[in-house]
Amino acid sequence: MKVLTLNFLTCAVKTCKSSANSFPLHPKDAELVSDDVELNPQLLVNLLPRIDWNALRITSTELGFPQLPEQPPTAEELQSDEKMLKDLHTLLMETQINEGKLVCGNCGHEYAVREGIANFLLPSHLV
Amino acid sequence: MAASSTTPSALPSTSAADAVARLTAKADEEAGAGAASVTAEAEAEAYERTHVHGVYEAIAPHFSATRYKPWPAVASFLRAQPRGAIGLDVGCGNGKYLGVNPDVFMVGSDRSPSLIALARSRCKQLQFQQGLAAGAGTGGDVGGAAVGTDVLVADGLSLPFRERAADFVICVAVIHHMSTRARRQDAIRQLLRCVQPGEAGRNGGRVLVYVWALEQATSRRGWDKGGEQDLLVPWVLKSQQKQRREQKGIRDHGAVGDTPGSKSGDRPPSPAATSAEPGAGPSQTDPVFQRYYHLYREGELEEDVLAAGGVVVSSGYEKDNWWVVAANGPVHP
Ligand SMILES: [Zn+2]
Repeated sequence: MKVLTLNFLTCAVKTCKSSANSFPLHPKDAELVSDDVELNPQLLVNLLPRIDWNALRITSTELGFPQLPEQPPTAEELQSDEKMLKDLHTLLMETQINEGKLVCGNCGHEYAVREGIANFLLPSHLV
Repeated sequence: MAASSTTPSALPSTSAADAVARLTAKADEEAGAGAASVTAEAEAEAYERTHVHGVYEAIAPHFSATRYKPWPAVASFLRAQPRGAIGLDVGCGNGKYLGVNPDVFMVGSDRSPSLIALARSRCKQLQFQQGLAAGAGTGGDVGGAAVGTDVLVADGLSLPFRERAADFVICVAVIHHMSTRARRQDAIRQLLRCVQPGEAGRNGGRVLVYVWALEQATSRRGWDKGGEQDLLVPWVLKSQQKQRREQKGIRDHGAVGDTPGSKSGDRPPSPAATSAEPGAGPSQTDPVFQRYYHLYREGELEEDVLAAGGVVVSSGYEKDNWWVVAANGPVHP
């Protein structure tokens, strides 16, 4: 699962949705892999406003990447900063969680990631 | 446990194939509950486990091989999305819609781990092909299908997507597998939550839903207005050899146990990928899987969107299906 995808995910438990603690989910024992993906600057620039930057900063740090700036770059800044484009591309598009868990900060439930696929099916007592 | 023992009385019942019963029993064991549940909701869930989830797990590769061609109307909805948009495909099956528009980022979810595993390898394959094309200087658009896709396993009634995360959502041939109206409306509510609501002066995200229609007068299935809306539709898992032998018959008669798409040429030329109707002569040894369907009557899908708190942007009928484009909040011209 891509780091970008993680930015759009929260806990599947209904009662967690209203809690700020359920987002972002926290990777645990994550085994990362990197796919070679060609850089698409325009796609990245257009994705930028859809990304929850605070959540991405948390995820990035938790996965051991260098800390992201406090504020997201503007479209112009990103377009003209080749290093930032590359770094963001590597983090969002190329980096994948291949094995491990995603933990909800509210209820503590752990979702397994196996062979790159996260499983959000809930045990019956959490549905 | 007999599959029919937890069947809500209002729903069609049948003696399910052994394989489905085994799958159900296994699912019950894993869930650690199931049979003892007495609430209607738990019964509906158990029913869908047998007549939807268990079936798709069992027929996944066979089903996937017959589902490779995107519906034109869905594909054009996807292509109309702006570059950089975030999309969700809830009930994505083998992921046939995930690579349609390479300029958007799409996440597909499905209840069936087997189908999601197929969707993932399909995406990887696309990525590989795109890479080759780009390397040869022929793939004009950098990135391409697999770059902008991801898949995960999730239940449509307990989706893990954060609220308002998506610009658009598609949900094709999924809602009609939910066995109560409350669950169907709840499923639509979950889809609407995922998109940006509209505000004064600004349109929000769009949700495209396709369901099987009751009104299929022109189809060989013979269903039409006034008929039974809750049905079990057989899927015959034929052996390869048999398929070859009976291919001609299948082509002539079409298949009863088939989901939307079959009439639009959604059938590969390969004999390994056909489903069959009982009349085409399945033998005793071919497992038959009964999938539950709620066939939507005219206007019902729009009613469900409204009940879910949505707004109907447009709706229509196409090839045995009702469809609707819904929004969350006010819509501007
Ligand atoms: Zn939670």
